[in-house]
Amino acid sequence: MRQVKRRKLPVLFRQKPVAGPDAAFETGEAGAGGGMRLHGGERLKPPKRRADPAPSRLSYRFQRWMLTPGIRLGLRVGVPVCLVLALSSAFLASEARRDAVNDFVADLRASIQERPEFMVNLMAIDGAGGSLAEDIREVVPLDFPISSFDLDVEQIRDVITGLDPVKSASVRVRPDGILQIDVVERQPVVVWRTRDGIELLDETGAHVKDLPSRKLRSDLPLIAGRGADGHVPEALALIRTAQGLGERLRGLVRIGERRWDVVLDRKQRIMLPTERPIEALERVLAVSEVQDLLERDVAVVDMRLGSRPTIRMTETASEEWWRTRTTVGNGQ
Amino acid sequence: MVADKNNSREWAVTGMMTDLYQSQRAMRQMRRQAMQRGVVAILDVGSSKIACLVLRFDGTGRLSEDNSIGSMAGQTGFRVIGAATTRSRGVQFGEVTAMQETERAIRTALQAAQKMADIRVDHVIACFSGANPRSYGLDAQVELESQVVTEAEVGRVLNACEVPEYGAGREVLHAQPVNFALDNRSGLIDPRGQLGQSLAVDMHMLTVDAVAIQNIVHCIKRCDLELAGIANSAYVSGISALVEDEQELGAACIDMGGGTTSVSIFMKKHMIYADCVRMGGDHVTSDISMGLGVPAAVAERIKTFSGGVHATGADDRDLIDIGGDTGDWEHDRRTVSRAELIGIMRPRVEEILEEVRVRLDAAGFEHLPSQQIVLTGGASQVMGLDGLASRILGQRVRLGRPLRVHGLPQSATGPGFSSAVGLSLFAAHPQDEWWDFEIPVDRYPSRSLKRAVKWFRDNW
Repeated sequence: MRQVKRRKLPVLFRQKPVAGPDAAFETGEAGAGGGMRLHGGERLKPPKRRADPAPSRLSYRFQRWMLTPGIRLGLRVGVPVCLVLALSSAFLASEARRDAVNDFVADLRASIQERPEFMVNLMAIDGAGGSLAEDIREVVPLDFPISSFDLDVEQIRDVITGLDPVKSASVRVRPDGILQIDVVERQPVVVWRTRDGIELLDETGAHVKDLPSRKLRSDLPLIAGRGADGHVPEALALIRTAQGLGERLRGLVRIGERRWDVVLDRKQRIMLPTERPIEALERVLAVSEVQDLLERDVAVVDMRLGSRPTIRMTETASEEWWRTRTTVGNGQ
Repeated sequence: MVADKNNSREWAVTGMMTDLYQSQRAMRQMRRQAMQRGVVAILDVGSSKIACLVLRFDGTGRLSEDNSIGSMAGQTGFRVIGAATTRSRGVQFGEVTAMQETERAIRTALQAAQKMADIRVDHVIACFSGANPRSYGLDAQVELESQVVTEAEVGRVLNACEVPEYGAGREVLHAQPVNFALDNRSGLIDPRGQLGQSLAVDMHMLTVDAVAIQNIVHCIKRCDLELAGIANSAYVSGISALVEDEQELGAACIDMGGGTTSVSIFMKKHMIYADCVRMGGDHVTSDISMGLGVPAAVAERIKTFSGGVHATGADDRDLIDIGGDTGDWEHDRRTVSRAELIGIMRPRVEEILEEVRVRLDAAGFEHLPSQQIVLTGGASQVMGLDGLASRILGQRVRLGRPLRVHGLPQSATGPGFSSAVGLSLFAAHPQDEWWDFEIPVDRYPSRSLKRAVKWFRDNW
């Protein structure tokens, strides 16, 4: 009978047990020290064989342990963190190494901060007069060139604004390495005479500078009295109202830190009330316009009580008046 | 005197039942814990291989809100994330015979499955096939205290079942209520909330040798695992290999394993009978090994590659190398024709199927409305088995494969994995068993608080 087909099964390869030197080679157990002696004098280690495909209890437990989520997290996060902490603390335990690290950091900082892009070379001051600019340079002592990281612009601005003649200031570092300071100066509008001296005040009553003599700024109106600097706007309004008096106006005096007196020449005074002094002054001016009140021999126009304006005549005027009355009386 | 003796025997039975009740409840509790953790391992301890699946439960996966898609045979809600199988060692006829070997085999399978899943598994649900399963049908009837069937009433009627004397050294593995009857209405699946006078129940109880269970429990404990459930593999392979209407109308699942062939009969989606023939594919292999004079491993290869049960004329001319490594040229060049091989295999397969036939007849399988027979298991892959089986068992025979579940690797979809897959379905949706219902108060051990409350309520 002819074979139609012949099935070839995959052959199981099982090694026949070897004997003699081959077996020794396979097990590697020939010789005294275990392991067959090789050409170079080394010994052949026997290959490791697993007798059992099953995991040992230990490796089984270990694998289960490693599959536990908490332990895996600990290994993934906790161990590196601990390692880094331990290494860094060991490194920083020595004083010298700590200093070296600090120096290195400081050097790095300096090398970045002192790049020419960040250096400020000079200071430009705009809007300040010569003496004020000098003052500003005096109060902002900077050694140029300086890094813009070391500049505290806010603090410089506060210092400059703290100067009396300065109304406002803006400080900025321009891109080309210039510290630009823009200053708005205070403009004096009134002269304030006190017992201590003469000062110039601006429209808010702030001190601008001291004045050695009134004559230096005779163009500005004069105010006097304690507390007058707190009411400069009111004083300015009164002075504007009293413009009609022209050259006769000498100045304003603050009385008792409460109200104003308008002082005219010929030792005339207009005593104004605390409330609504401008209207009171306008009344006096109106009366004076019509009746030439201030042209007469009047020492004081007392407007302190609005319902009872009072006039005090000068001593000679009143004596003259009495004499005239007496004469008239005698004449009758 | 007689009454007293009877009473004492009943007490003994009750005590045993309570023990069982407690241990099964403990396993249910363990299963609940596993569900909360979301990962559970499935272990099929067979005679020829040990299969391990790792399941992840991610919520109850409802596919649609309006139930327009069905429950997908209960296979939603879990996913297989690890699978491994290893050659079984120390298991014969589905029972552990060498504890150390079995433990190592379980460890191997579990370690590989855990590695694939990349997660640690602490709970395991196991199944095994042997240990002489024996089925009992129990029934009971009680008058309802109130008109409504409550859960407590169901528990009461279940406990009213008269437990047969199933012998010392046996343990109840399953006790499932399969049918409820309320007054004269029978075939109720869930009588709770219905109205009636008397409630009757039919229960199927499966007992196995206690020693076999203890051995498996011990092996699993030695692997640092908690047992969250245990099932018979005849039952679980029926769950996965039978389709839904076969389970509903009546069918037998024959799981042909390596050491045993298990038989389970399903009706109305409940197992009503299970048995086990202590013969399987390994016996076919050993027949070949003895008949041809070859080692078992070679015999297994020959069986797998060229085995069959129907010889044709061509098979006479189909020569198979059976080889050998004796060094004797003549001996190592032996051949055998395929017809001879079939001649060796066929009588053994026939014997197994005859034995199955006997078990089915004993169970009254011919009285079922539908007599579908499904062959599954690794040994059912013999070529031409369905033709042979239909001549012995009946006309309606088909080869069954396990249900496809989410994430199951392609290599684990063969018929040899139907009990592993069925066990996963069982783990996801276990059937209500006796111990899932509360024990009525009078069955509790004394000094129970409930008992005191009941006494108080009755007397005041």
